[in-house]
Amino acid sequence: MSVDELAQNVPTRSRGFRILLLTVLLAVAWLLWSGLFKPLLLGLGVLSCGLTLYVLQRMGYFSNETFAFRYNHRLFGFWAWLGKEIVLSSLEVSRAVLSPRLNIDPRTVRLDVSDLDPVDQAVLGNSVTLTPGTLTLDVHQGSMVVHALTPEGAAALQAGEMQRRVGELNN
Amino acid sequence: MNMALDVLSWLLLTSGGLAVLIGGIGALRMPDLYSRMHAASVTDSLGAILVIAGIMLQAGLTLASFKLGAILLFLLLTSPTSSYALASAALLAGNKPMDPIDPEPEASQPSDAASTSAEGGRT
Amino acid sequence: MYTVVTIATLITMALALVRAVLGPSVYDRVLAVNMFGTKTVLLLAVIAFLYGRPDFLDLALAYALINFIGVLAVLEFFRSRVERQQSEETRGS
Repeated sequence: MSVDELAQNVPTRSRGFRILLLTVLLAVAWLLWSGLFKPLLLGLGVLSCGLTLYVLQRMGYFSNETFAFRYNHRLFGFWAWLGKEIVLSSLEVSRAVLSPRLNIDPRTVRLDVSDLDPVDQAVLGNSVTLTPGTLTLDVHQGSMVVHALTPEGAAALQAGEMQRRVGELNN
Repeated sequence: MNMALDVLSWLLLTSGGLAVLIGGIGALRMPDLYSRMHAASVTDSLGAILVIAGIMLQAGLTLASFKLGAILLFLLLTSPTSSYALASAALLAGNKPMDPIDPEPEASQPSDAASTSAEGGRT
Repeated sequence: MYTVVTIATLITMALALVRAVLGPSVYDRVLAVNMFGTKTVLLLAVIAFLYGRPDFLDLALAYALINFIGVLAVLEFFRSRVERQQSEETRGS
């Protein structure tokens, strides 16, 4: 399936809603970050929010549905699970680093991720990289090359739990 | 209650410092580029999470906490991107990992030259 | 207790600098510099509380942004150089 076909299967929000959401986000970020409510700084804030929206508009950000943020509350559950994985695999890597003989045996494996849409492929690739001990080398045409520090790490990825969890984020 | 928070945040900060240190040692000890990136990933993800969570517990519900959360989110979203950029640039330059990459499944087809030129056009 | 983290971070930054000097490839150096940069962000965040100056957090965020863009820019530069060399080689042979 092509990128456009995959993107069409995903429920999307309207263009106006996306612009509104981003404006609110930018305004809140500006206000919290500056913490000052003088007219000059508020004016500069309005100006920079407007400039950001204009640049994004020119980039075609709002007309391309692929980039729409479309995750719901399940993302937080995924983050909690990912945090647990990060802690566990960090302990593994730390043990390898601190052992006197450097207990490592790097593996390079190829995963088939063609059942995920492009944004989910990116989420999966980033999650794999974020977990110590595994590293995404390449994502191309639905197949992903992963470098793992140990054979166990490679086997855990090939078992596909992370891939299944990323796939469930959308439904 | 306050005491418990202090102990928890002290634990988080100390283990965060330890994670950062282990990553640094790993980046020095590991034999090749890709394994060094795994060690750096310990400091980038676990180290950052633990240290910033520890400071956030000390800061409580303030503006500083929000800023720390934003910094953590930014670090966690960008560090995989720069790791991936580094890995793909190194691969392109011919820096091979210890365990060779399996060939692509489609590579066995005879239209090899045609597919590579099509890829070149897209990138 | 912030002192412990500060010292650990400083040691790691020194180790990263050693890796940056040892290399051997230019990508190892980029990795080390990237690590140094993210450790600087953590260090700034800790120092903000060690010395009770919350405005250091703004510096930390700005440094995180600069570090990310800088590493990407350097890698893009190397990448385009490698691509140019490879296309020259194929034309020459």
